[in-house]
Amino acid sequence: MRLDRTELWLLASGVVLALGVFVLPNWLTFLLTIAFAKGLVVQGVVVQMRAGLVSFGQGLYYCIGGYTVGMGGQWLGVHDAFVLLALSMVAAAVVAMVLGLLLTRYREIFFAMLTLAFSMILYGVLAKSQSLGSTDGFNVHGITALGWTPGSSGKMFVYVLTCGIAAVAAVFLHRLSKSSVGYVCEAIRENEVRVEYLGASPRWTLYSTYVLAAAVSALGGGLTGMATGHVDPEMAYWTTSGEFVFIALLGGIGHVAAPFVAASLFSTVRTYAIQFVPHSWQMILGFVLLGIIIFLPKGLWSLFKRTRKAEARV
Amino acid sequence: MKMTQSSIARRALTAAVATAALASATTAQAAENGKFRVGIVTFLSGAAAGPFGVPSAHAAETVIDALNKGQLPAPYNTKGINGMEIEAVIIDENGGATKQVEEFRNLVERQKVDAVIGYISSGDCLAISPVAEELKIPTIMYDCGTSRLFVENKAPKYVFRTGLDAVVDNVGAARYLADTRPKMASFAGIQQNYAWGQDSWVDFVEAMKHVKPTAKVAAEQFPKIFQGQYGAEISALSVAKPDVIHSSFWGGDMEALVLQGGARGLYDGKTLVLTCGETGIERYKGQAPNGTVIGGRGPFGAFAPKNALSDWLRTAYRAKWSDEPIYPSFKMAQAILALKTAVEKAAPAGKQPSSDQIVAAMTGITFESPSGTVKMARASGHQAMQGIAYGEYHYESGRAVLKNVKSYADTCVTPPDGTNGQEWIKAGMPGAKCD
Repeated sequence: MRLDRTELWLLASGVVLALGVFVLPNWLTFLLTIAFAKGLVVQGVVVQMRAGLVSFGQGLYYCIGGYTVGMGGQWLGVHDAFVLLALSMVAAAVVAMVLGLLLTRYREIFFAMLTLAFSMILYGVLAKSQSLGSTDGFNVHGITALGWTPGSSGKMFVYVLTCGIAAVAAVFLHRLSKSSVGYVCEAIRENEVRVEYLGASPRWTLYSTYVLAAAVSALGGGLTGMATGHVDPEMAYWTTSGEFVFIALLGGIGHVAAPFVAASLFSTVRTYAIQFVPHSWQMILGFVLLGIIIFLPKGLWSLFKRTRKAEARV
Repeated sequence: MKMTQSSIARRALTAAVATAALASATTAQAAENGKFRVGIVTFLSGAAAGPFGVPSAHAAETVIDALNKGQLPAPYNTKGINGMEIEAVIIDENGGATKQVEEFRNLVERQKVDAVIGYISSGDCLAISPVAEELKIPTIMYDCGTSRLFVENKAPKYVFRTGLDAVVDNVGAARYLADTRPKMASFAGIQQNYAWGQDSWVDFVEAMKHVKPTAKVAAEQFPKIFQGQYGAEISALSVAKPDVIHSSFWGGDMEALVLQGGARGLYDGKTLVLTCGETGIERYKGQAPNGTVIGGRGPFGAFAPKNALSDWLRTAYRAKWSDEPIYPSFKMAQAILALKTAVEKAAPAGKQPSSDQIVAAMTGITFESPSGTVKMARASGHQAMQGIAYGEYHYESGRAVLKNVKSYADTCVTPPDGTNGQEWIKAGMPGAKCD
C-alpha cells in the first residue's frame, strides 16, 4: 500500500498528536479526545454531504456507538476497548443496513427529516427505558485493552486510541473520496439522473455510503462513551445531531482533516466562552460561528486553500 | 545514520518525559494566589435556570461575598474559608453530561479549583461522580436527587451530597397526605416523562401502598418534558376524579400545569400536591388554589426553620436581589457552609489543607446551616440526612402564606445506610422512626 502526501501528513499528525499525551495538560488532551471523537461522527455527516445528502440524525449512530460500549461492559461483561468499538460498528452497521433501505429512497429535506425522526425514536425509546437509567443514562467503566488495564492512565489511553483511530479513519476516508465510489458520490450530488444513464446505481452507492457513515459515527460515539465514562439519551437528541451538521459546515467538505480541525476549534471556542462569559457563552459561540460562515462560506478549510492558490500565483 | 536516528528519538523521548514531569508538577492542586478557589456549577441558561440555577447562583454570590467580608452570623463569622479569601469560578451547567465532564476537568485542571460545588441535573451528577473520584477533588452535589448517586459510587471518597435524596420528597409527601387527608380514596399523578418524573412517581406510589393502603391509583399521565400544553392530560385527570393529584413538575411546566388546570376547574374538590412547588411560592399570586400542598425538597426556602442563619440569608438575599431566596438558594448556601466547616476542621487557620484532608474532615461532619443542623450521616458519611416539611399554600390579602406545615424527622423519611431508596420503600420502609 503506497501512501500519498496527504495520507502521510494525516498519519504523521496522528502520531504527533498522540505523542502530545506526554506534553499537553490533561484538560487539553481530554478536550481533544472529545473533539476528535465528535470529528469522527462529523466525518459520517461529511461523507454523506459529498453525495448531496444532509443527515440531521447522525446522533442516532453516535448514540448507538456510545450505548453499545456502555451496555457491552454493563451486561455482556466485555471491557476490551477494541472489541467494544468493533461491536459498536457492527451494531450501527446492522441498524443502518435496515434503515438505509428506506432512507436512500429520499433526498434533500425528506432525507434530513427522516434521519432526524429515526434518531428521535431512539431517544424516545431510551428515555422510557428505566432499566437503562432513562434520561440520566449510566456509567461506562473498567475499559481494558488486549488484557491490559490502563487504570489511572485510562484517559490517556483513550486519547492515544482516539488519535490513532481518527488518523486511520481519515486515511481510509481520503482513499474513499479518491476512489471511483467517491467520485460517483460527487457525481450524484451534481446530477443523479446522469449517473444512472452512465450505468452506475446511485441508490446502492448512497446505501453503502450511508452504512459506512453509520459505522464511522458509531466509532465516535464509542470513544466518547469511554472518554466521558457516561452515556445518556441526549446523544441521540436532535440538538446533538444539529451540532454535528454545524461542525461539518464549519469545516467544509474540502478536505478529510477539516472535520477534526473544526471540531477542535468548536470545543476550544466553547470552553473559553464558558470560562470568560459564563452567563452568555452561547452568544459568543454564536457570533464566532456566524462570522466563520459569513466570511468563509466554504468552511475553515478554504483558508488553507486560499493561501495555497495565492502562493501558486506568485 | 540509524544510530543517530535512534539517538534523536531517545533524546526526543527524554525531553517529552521531562516536559511531562514538569507539566504534572505545575498542575499540582494549589490556589497559587493564596485564595481558596471554588468551582460553582449550576444552570445559567435553559429551562432549569429560572427556577433553580439563577436563584442558586445568586445565593452563592451572596454567601461568598458575605463570607469574604466576615458578615455571616456565628459560627461562620470568620473571614473567607480558613482565613483565605474565597474565589468563585462560575460555570453554566447547560449542555448535557458529556460537556459537563469536559468542563469539570477544565475547572480542576485548567482553572485549578480546590473544590467544586454544583449540579442540579441527576444525569450530570452521575457522570461527574466517577470523574471527581478520578481527579481526587472534593465535590459537593448540592441539588440533584437521584438515588443512584451512591448506588453507583459504592465507596465514595471525594463525592458528597448536601442535598437530599429524592426518595425523601415522596415519602414525605405520602406521609403528609396520610396524616392530613385521612379520607382520601384515590390519587392520580402527572409527571414529566424522564428519569426524575418516572422515579418520583414510582417512589410516591410505593410509599402510598404502605402509609395509605386503601388509596387507589386513579390515573397516571406522563407528558413529555417542557410540553407546556396539558389539555389532554387535564381532561384525563378530570375524568378519573381522584381525591389527590401528585406532580413532580418543576419550573415553567409546573406553573403551566397550575394555570391550565385551574382554568379548567381540575382542582375543584381535589388536592394538588407539588413536590417542587416551593420555587413558585412568590410567583403563583393566588393562581394556585388555596390548599395546594407544596414541598421544598427538604427544610429549605419557605420551610426553613427560624434561626440566625436563615434570617441572615433572607435579609442579605432580599437586599441584594430584591427577591425571596427559594429552596435552591438555601441548598447552595448549605453546600458552601459545609465546605467552609470541613476546610476549617481540616487545617489550622490560614493553611490550605490538601484534598484528602478536606474530604477526611467532611466525612460524617455535622454543621449548622440555614436549614438547621445537618448531619452527613448516610452513604458512609457522604450524604446529608435531614427531615422534610410539607404545607398548604394559601394566598391571603396579596401574600403567600403556608398553613398546616408538618415536618417529618430525618429518621422517618430516610432509608438506613447501605439500602437502596426504592427497595426500602417497596419493603415497607422498615426501621423508619416517626414521632
